Parts: sequence; structure tokens; C-alpha cells
Amino acid sequence: MYHKTTGYRVFSVFNYLFLIIAGLLCILPIIHILAVSFSASAPANAHLVGLWPVGFNFDSYTKTMNNPNFSRAFVISLIRTVLGTAITMSVITLAGYVLSKDSSVLKSRNIYAWYFVFTMLFTGGIIPSYIIVRNLHLMNTIWALVLPGAVQVFNMILLMNFFKATPKELEEAALIDGAGHFTILFRVYLPLAMPAVATMSLFSIVGNWNAWFDGLLYINNYRNYPLATFLQTIIVQQDFSKLNPDVNELKNISQRTVKAAQIFIGILPVLLVYPYLQKYFVKGIVLGAVKE
Amino acid sequence: MKGFLRRTWPLHLMLLPAVVLQFLFGYLPLGGLVIAFKDYKPYDGIWGSAWVGFKQFKFMFEYPDSKQVIINTALIAGLKIIFNIVVPFCFALLLNEVRRNSFKRTVQTLVYLPYFISWVFLGGILTDMLSSDGIINSLLQNWFGIEPILFLGNGIWFRVIVVISDVWQQFGFGTIVYLAALAGVNPSLYEAAEVDGATRWKQTINVTIPSLAPIVIVVGTLAIGNILNAGFDQIFNLYNPLVYDKGDIIDTFVYRTGILNGQYSFGTAVGIFKSVVGFVLIVIGYRIAYKLADYKIF
Repeated sequence: MYHKTTGYRVFSVFNYLFLIIAGLLCILPIIHILAVSFSASAPANAHLVGLWPVGFNFDSYTKTMNNPNFSRAFVISLIRTVLGTAITMSVITLAGYVLSKDSSVLKSRNIYAWYFVFTMLFTGGIIPSYIIVRNLHLMNTIWALVLPGAVQVFNMILLMNFFKATPKELEEAALIDGAGHFTILFRVYLPLAMPAVATMSLFSIVGNWNAWFDGLLYINNYRNYPLATFLQTIIVQQDFSKLNPDVNELKNISQRTVKAAQIFIGILPVLLVYPYLQKYFVKGIVLGAVKE
Repeated sequence: MKGFLRRTWPLHLMLLPAVVLQFLFGYLPLGGLVIAFKDYKPYDGIWGSAWVGFKQFKFMFEYPDSKQVIINTALIAGLKIIFNIVVPFCFALLLNEVRRNSFKRTVQTLVYLPYFISWVFLGGILTDMLSSDGIINSLLQNWFGIEPILFLGNGIWFRVIVVISDVWQQFGFGTIVYLAALAGVNPSLYEAAEVDGATRWKQTINVTIPSLAPIVIVVGTLAIGNILNAGFDQIFNLYNPLVYDKGDIIDTFVYRTGILNGQYSFGTAVGIFKSVVGFVLIVIGYRIAYKLADYKIF
């Protein structure tokens, strides 16, 4: 039928071509930066590198890894990501479980639900948040990075919906066996909600790793910056004033190949978790976006 | 009552961490909004500072920069909203014509990726590629003989780049919703159209697009609430003083005047203006979506 018409065949060829180009456009910039990072600095500075390294070497990576500021920021980012994800997941799992209960089980369930939903509609914005974090004496601590965004209400609601879909018979059977709410959550609900928990953990990992603005806002000393904030100041703002006025270090940082290496190391963790993330998130997004 | 609490105390306990965190970082800042009506001095504290009524808001509307900032924000955000609906929609239609599943999955994997990379890194890559001696300008010069263009140093080009790069980052992710909706279209509609002799193009016009209309209306109307959200992360990581006049948006303006220059009260007032307008538009968009496409959040 229509598959066999000449017009459709011509369209198909162009369609495949167009989709290939669109797909490539999304990763070519990353391949370009990777090629620059492995190139010698002379061809890189002369902008002779396209998608393949010119004068292949690892210098930029050795320099980056030997830069104590970079490795410290990297470690801080790792700690922040682990801590932030652990806090977010514990908090939203516990709360999502409770909110999945009927209001006949917990009378105040709807009050709690509105308490959280309200903050999705109204927020104080950056300045009041900044003042609160300062008044709570969290400035310059890792807590200023992981606590303010810990309660992710949207993910909490998604988890709640997952828990709601768990067969009630399982819970009743556990109740008869004398299980409390903590046992039911950890032994019955959580194992069944693993796909949802995995999706949200991966989102939280990527979110924590990528976050940079809170570091700029709440951390005054560049020595405590997480990696994304550190790279934001030196790659994007080109502001070296916050670093040691060490001439050698400045010389290293301003090299194009080193910058490229820093960017690539910065996105590497995301590239590593992306295959796992991608497997799950389509379902999660569709669940939240399309309703029958 | 006592027996009731005895049974439900574990539930309250489980909620406690979320409730406390949300109180500290969700509700306390709401209280902090009063500084928009004060002349906040960090030394005097929120309650010790003097009340000034609507002075900050009046100042905002009289300040020539803020008008330009509001125009920039609405313009950039408006263009982003339009293209971020149209491009994923067309892309999903094209992807849907592919019957080879492995090819479809590969393309999807590639186009979703930029969505997960922070604007810090994308900004670093883009400023490098778009610089006057960067790869884009060298290609333009070698292939078409075009003189180097200051993409990020010229206000108009800056807006163009901001919109294009935002669509580039987001379209793959936006496609998911439309692909899901496409999968839900009743196949018998296509079969009937084919029996009637409709070409694939006719089927797209008469079956596919009408079937997707409700979801497009929902996405579009709900996006109205974002007309003052032009994307802080992206602009902050791409802009520079050369393009402040055309590229400064409310959020970057609040950060610079409010935090960097220490005008906390003024910045907060601008932020409140943004939230209120945004909230009103969300409610209006939600109403329209409900009327036209019968959409409900809960």
C-alpha cells in the first residue's frame, strides 16, 4: 500500500537522513570537545581540531588530575552526590509511602499532601532562600547544598502513585503477620517499587552532580566548591581571581585542551549513568505527562 | 483518640523529615518575602528593618532597565515555548514513520542526551565553538566565505543562539510525550483511512494530527505559565556584559541586582512580581487546558 509508492520511498530516504543528522547534531559537540581534550595544545589553540584529535596525547588529563583544586572539587561533588541522593531518596520514600495511604488510615493525609503541593506553586525565590540559609548558619557547609532541595515533591508524588498501585492484599497479609509500617514499607512496597526508586535515584544523582548555582550562592570559599561550580567560575566566567594567583596554574587552566578535558571529566559521570537512566525514564515521564 | 495515635504514630514519624525540611526551606523563605515591603539591611535582620510599603515595586516599574528585562524575558521565553512545542512535535511525527526499531531507539538515545548535561558544560562547549575563531566560524569561513560572527557578543545573535541551543537541548526529551501519544492512536483509524485510499500524508493530516491535538493543547496552555521563565541556567552560562541589554532576563537581573549588589529588597520585589504573574498565568492556562482538552492534574 502506501509503503510501496515512490513518493513514500523518497520521503523515507530523506526522513532517515534527517533523523541521522539530528541524532549526530546532539552528540557532535561532545565528540568535538573530546577530540580537543586529546589534542596537542598548538593545533587546538589554532582551532585545527574537528572531530578527531590532532597530535594525540593525555597531557591535558594529567594536568587536570594533578591540579589539586580540580581533584578537591571532584571529591566534594562525589560526596555531595552520594549524600544528596541518599537524603532525598530516604525522605521522599518515607513520605511517599505515608501519602499513598487512604485518609481513612491517616486522617491528616490530605493536610500533609497540600502542605507539600503548596510549595510547588509558591516559592520564596533566591533572595529569601539565601537569607534563610545564612540565618541557619549553613553557609559554606555541604548541608547548604544538599538540604534545601532535598524534598522533591514531584518525585514524591510519582513514588506515591507507584505505592498506590501495589496490591493491598500483600499489605494485609503482612499486617496479619504482625508487621509494622516500617516493615511493610521496606519488605513489601520497596522491592516492588524498585524501577521507580532506581529512576528517581538516577535523576537525583544527575541533578546533584550537575548543580552549580547553589555552590555559587551558598559557598564563599572556592576551596569548598563542588566541581560544577568550580568549573563554572573558571570555564564560563573565566574568573581566576578566586583561585590562587599561582601563575603556573593560570597558564594550565587557560589552555584550550585542559578546559576541554575538564568539561569532559565534568560530564563523564552523567554519560556513565545515562544508559541506565534512559532505560527507565521514558516510562516515568509518560506516567507523569499523559493521562487517559 | 489515644488508640488511633498509637496505630498511626509511625506514619507521622515517617513524614517528619520531609515536613521539617519543607518547613525550613519551603515555608521560611515565604516568610522572607516580607523584605520586598521593607528596606532590608542584613545587620538589622528581617524584622528589624524598616517598612517601606510598595516603594520597591514602584521603583521596579520606574526603573528603565527593568522594562527592558521584562521584554527580554517574555520574548526569549515566548520563542522558546513555541519552538519547544513545534520541533518535538514534528520530530515525533518523523520518528514515528521509522519502522526499524533499532534505528528508532538509537536516534532517541542520541537526542535525549543533551537534556542531562548541565548548562555549565554545555555553556563551556558552546562559548568555545561559537567564539570568533571557534569551529563554527572557521567552518562558515572555509565553506561559505562568511566573515566571523560574534554570536555571543551581539544582542540579536545572542537571542537567536539562546533559543536555538535551548531547543537543541530539549527537543529530544520533549519528543517522548508525543511519541507516547502516537503509540496510543487507535490503529483501526489508520486501517479505515487506508481502505478509503488515503496516502500516508493524508493519514497524517486527517488522523494523526487531530489525534494529537489535545495533548498539544495541554502542553501549550500549561507552558503559558512559563512566559517569565526564560531559563536562568542557560543565560547565566552564556551571557556577558556585551549583551546585557538584549539578553538580561528577570532571574539573572535579580541575581545581579539582588545578591551581587546587595539590593535584597528590590530583588525580592522583582521576584514576587515574576511569581505572581507566573501563578496567574498557570491558573489561566490550566483553565483553558481543562476547557479545550478536558485536562485534570489529579
